[in-house]
Amino acid sequence: MTDAAIHLEHLTVSYGDTTVVHDVSFDVAEGESFALVGESGSGKSTILKAISGLAPEWTGTISVEGKARGHSPDRAFAETCQMVFQDPYGSLHPRKTVDTCLAEPLAIHGIGGRDSRVKDMLAAVGLDQRFRFRFPHQLSGGQRQRVAIARALMLEPRVLLLDEPTSALDVSVQAEILNLLKKLRREQGLTYLMVTHNLPVVSFLCDRLAVMRHGRVVEIAGVDALKSGQLSQPYSRELYAASGGTLQSA
Amino acid sequence: MSTPLLEIDGLTVTFPTARGPVDVVKGISFTLGRERLGIVGESGSGKSMTGRSILRLIRKPGKVTARRMTFDGVDLLSLSERQMRDLRGARISMVMQDPKFSLNPVMTVGEQIAEALVTHKKLPRRELKERVLAMLEAVRINDPSRVAGLYPHEVSGGMGQRIMIAMMLIPEPDLLIADEPTSALDVSVQAQVLDIIDDLVTGKGMGLILISHDLNLVSRYCDRILVMNSGEIVEQCKASDLHNAQHPYTRGLIAAMPRMNEDRDELPVLDRSTWTTGAGT
Ligand SMILES: Nc1ncnc2c1ncn2[C@@H]1O[C@H](COP(=O)(O)OP(=O)(O)OP(=O)(O)O)[C@@H](O)[C@H]1O
Ligand SMILES: Nc1ncnc2c1ncn2[C@@H]1O[C@H](COP(=O)(O)OP(=O)(O)OP(=O)(O)O)[C@@H](O)[C@H]1O
Ligand SMILES: [Mg+2]
Ligand SMILES: [Mg+2]
Repeated sequence: MTDAAIHLEHLTVSYGDTTVVHDVSFDVAEGESFALVGESGSGKSTILKAISGLAPEWTGTISVEGKARGHSPDRAFAETCQMVFQDPYGSLHPRKTVDTCLAEPLAIHGIGGRDSRVKDMLAAVGLDQRFRFRFPHQLSGGQRQRVAIARALMLEPRVLLLDEPTSALDVSVQAEILNLLKKLRREQGLTYLMVTHNLPVVSFLCDRLAVMRHGRVVEIAGVDALKSGQLSQPYSRELYAASGGTLQSA
Repeated sequence: MSTPLLEIDGLTVTFPTARGPVDVVKGISFTLGRERLGIVGESGSGKSMTGRSILRLIRKPGKVTARRMTFDGVDLLSLSERQMRDLRGARISMVMQDPKFSLNPVMTVGEQIAEALVTHKKLPRRELKERVLAMLEAVRINDPSRVAGLYPHEVSGGMGQRIMIAMMLIPEPDLLIADEPTSALDVSVQAQVLDIIDDLVTGKGMGLILISHDLNLVSRYCDRILVMNSGEIVEQCKASDLHNAQHPYTRGLIAAMPRMNEDRDELPVLDRSTWTTGAGT
């Protein structure tokens, strides 16, 4: 066992006959912020889904906060680790108001003070109280994503799996959410595993990154290598250049 | 100058709320030629509502009014629902912000693209299949024949977006409204997909409205930019001049973007208190 917050060893994930993640191993330390970047369809979301029990066909080892994961979602795990999904429509129930959506995890886990917790959380993610009794279809895309993030934070998990948490947000709301994530990490020592295709977001929030392509990790680097344009693999450098970065020799 | 492809004058979108009707788009006016127009602005500023109202896709109880809305000389306000349906897809296409929400969950990806094509052009089965695979390949989908057989829940976020783009481009529309079309794509694929759209603009004279949060992307791919804030256009500029934008709101958006060699501990955010009362209902 390791003392890492997230420990993946030889993780291989399939959907039926198709293997989409091949032999991935890495550790995310307690309080660390780790990014998964790379090609669309390369298996980034799938890794997060496997960790949270939503992609059951995997082999290898997954452990979170020292506990080995089984192959399905479980309630105790929900208090340790929460996931924010890439697609805010998919994760919010269309017939539940923002209020219900945020209070529900508290109710399921028997936590009191729901009214004030919901209010505080709305404020924390920068949503005005007047949105509290709206349905998802009455919100803009960015407003919906803030509700999804708020929901994940309701149970005060130690580990957050974030799938493109800000790609649906405008830059000013993105800045608020990134500041919020940074603050929560600073104050509560949360651990993040975050999928993003926005390299500057990685520079701002993360300590390390793994670059994926065709279901494999091609490079793991510290954020300084990214900031200074010194990633070493050709594909990583291609991504960096397409983001408008100026390459330096590795 | 010839008449523009699209003329919008005094467009207003209104929703009833508990506190009475609220205008989420407030009488905006703009024109579009065979060019690339970018619309940026913070979340909830009315970008999607503007795009959707051109296609008359605002769901009830929302209401659209305008002094004038014409597309290629056709008065959009007076078309019947049936005439409007003929226009949608064939001459004006829209890539919706949330691809998975817009795709039919019980049809395979290949069937849906084929359907988008046959509604506007009858083709023999075999040729149809080839066109579908060619289009998936054009949007840089690896292994198009496998992906054509998948259902929407089986594709990744970025694949869903490219499938939507493929569906919208296959009938070769005169006007494409693309609402955050590439937000889920990695930067390298993003550039390739935008180049395909760009080819249609330069090669076939398509008009493009590109709605995006990504200021860099819009300034790279568009000719002109509109900046929206709480239902109004607060600034217009040439795309290449975006970084010299004058309006404090636009400047605030630019400052809020993280940079590759980021060393700020906190990103500056907009002072919402100055507009939360009016904005976003
Ligand atoms: N339920 C499923 N059934 C079958 N195949 C699936 C399923 N979900 C995902 N896949 C396939 O797994 C591969 C990896 O998908 P995944 O969603 O992990 O990619 P990603 O790296 O998150 O991409 P993106 O950046 O586009 O979101 C893709 O080829 C996709 O088609
Ligand atoms: N059914 C509805 N009832 C009331 N208000 C609504 C409804 N649908 C949308 N709105 C409001 O209309 C405003 C404009 O929404 P729109 O979707 O155009 O924003 P946007 O600029 O596209 O934002 P984003 O960048 O987050 O997608 C938002 O403040 C939203 O809350
Ligand atoms: Mg994904
Ligand atoms: Mg929108």
